[in-house]
Amino acid sequence: MKHSGRFGEYGGYYVPEVLIPALEELEEAFDRFHEDKAFVAELAQLYKDYAGRPSPLYHTRRFSEYVGFHVYLKREDLLHGGAHKINNSLGQGLLAKYMGKTKLIAETGAGQHGLATSMVGALLGMKTKIFMGVTDIERQSVNVHKMRLCGAEVVPVEGGTGTLKDAINDALRYWTANVTDTFYLFGSAAGPHPYPTIVKHFQSCIGRETRQQCLEQAGRLPDMVVACVGGGSNAIGMFAGFLDDKGVRLIGVEAGGKGLKTGKHAASLTAGRVGILHGARAYLLQDENGQVLDTESISAGLDYAAVGPEHCYLKDTGRAEYVAAEDDEVLDTFELLTKLEGILPALESTHALAYIVSQKGKLPPETVAIVNLSGRGDKDVGIVEKARSESIADCGFGPLG
Amino acid sequence: MKSYQQAFAEMKNQNRTALIPFFVIGDPDFDTSLAIVKAAVDAGADILELGIPFSDPIADGPTIQKADIRAMRSGMNLPKALEFIRKVKQHKDIPIGLLMYYNLIQQYGLGRVAGFQPAIRGRDALDTGPGRFFKDFHEAGVNSVLVADLSIDDADEVTGPARSAGLDTVFMVTPNTEPDRMKRIAAKTTGFIYTVSLLGVTGSRQALSTAVEGLIRQLKSLTNVPICVGFGVSTPEHAKSIADAGADGVIIGSRLVAMIESNLNDPRAASKEIAQFLGRVKAALAHRRSDR
Repeated sequence: MKHSGRFGEYGGYYVPEVLIPALEELEEAFDRFHEDKAFVAELAQLYKDYAGRPSPLYHTRRFSEYVGFHVYLKREDLLHGGAHKINNSLGQGLLAKYMGKTKLIAETGAGQHGLATSMVGALLGMKTKIFMGVTDIERQSVNVHKMRLCGAEVVPVEGGTGTLKDAINDALRYWTANVTDTFYLFGSAAGPHPYPTIVKHFQSCIGRETRQQCLEQAGRLPDMVVACVGGGSNAIGMFAGFLDDKGVRLIGVEAGGKGLKTGKHAASLTAGRVGILHGARAYLLQDENGQVLDTESISAGLDYAAVGPEHCYLKDTGRAEYVAAEDDEVLDTFELLTKLEGILPALESTHALAYIVSQKGKLPPETVAIVNLSGRGDKDVGIVEKARSESIADCGFGPLG
Repeated sequence: MKSYQQAFAEMKNQNRTALIPFFVIGDPDFDTSLAIVKAAVDAGADILELGIPFSDPIADGPTIQKADIRAMRSGMNLPKALEFIRKVKQHKDIPIGLLMYYNLIQQYGLGRVAGFQPAIRGRDALDTGPGRFFKDFHEAGVNSVLVADLSIDDADEVTGPARSAGLDTVFMVTPNTEPDRMKRIAAKTTGFIYTVSLLGVTGSRQALSTAVEGLIRQLKSLTNVPICVGFGVSTPEHAKSIADAGADGVIIGSRLVAMIESNLNDPRAASKEIAQFLGRVKAALAHRRSDR
């Protein structure tokens, strides 16, 4: 490898020897093409005409009024496919094409990355396989149907809790056996080098656009930028635009699940210990022996035991702050934003909004806060409905209560 | 304690190829697993390759993944693995190589020190992590530790502490490893090179990869350290063809682990079936082709 892929002590490429040639080939191709004129032009065209970039920055009206300061939403939910994932899938898919690969594989949690990769597979005429945990297949069945309609094969993964971590395990195993003709289109800013760097590069359009739009609309830089963090791709893409603007607070919101004290959550940065999973050194939820713990979150996309290495570095250096939002706050916020603005946020992105709600009345009214609305919540309506009816039953107000 | 060097020298004298069975420690439980490993030793194993179960074994196929889950469910952890190894060594002084994942080495002893406190780093806590891990496991009777998710580029993170604890080093070479990397791997290896016969994860295969023979020849031209071949070796015939190609040892894992899986209701049947199978492999490895 040419680069170490380290962010401070984090990152690296802790993988079996058999995967090294594939990662080297990927690193070399990325170095060669990501600033190549033809590549950049083709990707820019696809961003514009296929994905719908630039996405708007929207100054919320009633939501801002409710929390008592200015909240802007970066509308990645309006992109093709309904989430920011298309940015990275187009970038890496195009890279695969330039490398002469004919097959794509990807892991997916909520199904947004799987869907984005399936769409790109259809667009570029590549055979696509999506690895998805059985739990996630069940809770995100609509996305599974969409992937299949795009012509992708959805491979159910049963290991572990049947969530994102297990999907990555199986995708890595498959890649190990098929490295010669298959491109692994990794969806998160995690995993072995060079993925965290590649994913950040293709997602950094979010932060770049947002910075420009904020200067135009608010006449100045924001006071804070907030994004949800699972593996951390939408957050790192947003943060990338503001890393050098020291006055802008960067806040990542993890999945607090049922609460940090219950152990049923996915807040690696807030409650984890440094370890190694999926090729990278990072904060990791693990037991006292180093076995990786099962995670729990209402949002499939944040349900991951580790986190991207650059976020670990940003946490340690203090450049970014990381907090957690619990499932209940998230459900309340989901309903709140929908009611006040007519916008259904993805449960993942709702974590970032929940942090904003927690600041209601605590910040000066002139505060400008930007939330990366990384995805739309249509896929989550059933989950919210189910969670609400369960919590009503728990309180004894069910049909027999 | 018997060294790899002694073991391979013995085999060279007897014109034999080493029989190296692989088991997951504690699969399906401590006592059954110990009985199975002892039976394998009695059936003629020359070296043991033992896996420590991990929650996310990315280099392993479904068979060994399931064994990991069985072992963890029955309570296997690193302190118990130490006890297991001591008991095997009491039964017979046989060289033992561990095959495991890096995080377990990194976290060794850390949980005991840190409890569940977040964000305590290995380097801040005394007497934990790789140095302590290698020391403890060497004292229990382990000869080497192969870290499945550590490539030669980061090998220095472990070779130092491993060597100073008295361990030999074992690294993997795969069919797609570049010649330059092979040389670097050979230079850092003191035990043997674990040669992976195919592109893929562990698991039984119908046919042996055709890449093996060329790979062994290439490695033999680069280094004098012993070459052992594993992944997908499932029959006495596979073992024999690997021996004939010039390998110094044959590693058989998933096929044996599958025998444990299919006899979960009758642990003694598992030991018996494994011993019989290893007996057949041992016979196939007894006489190497003389034209080598």
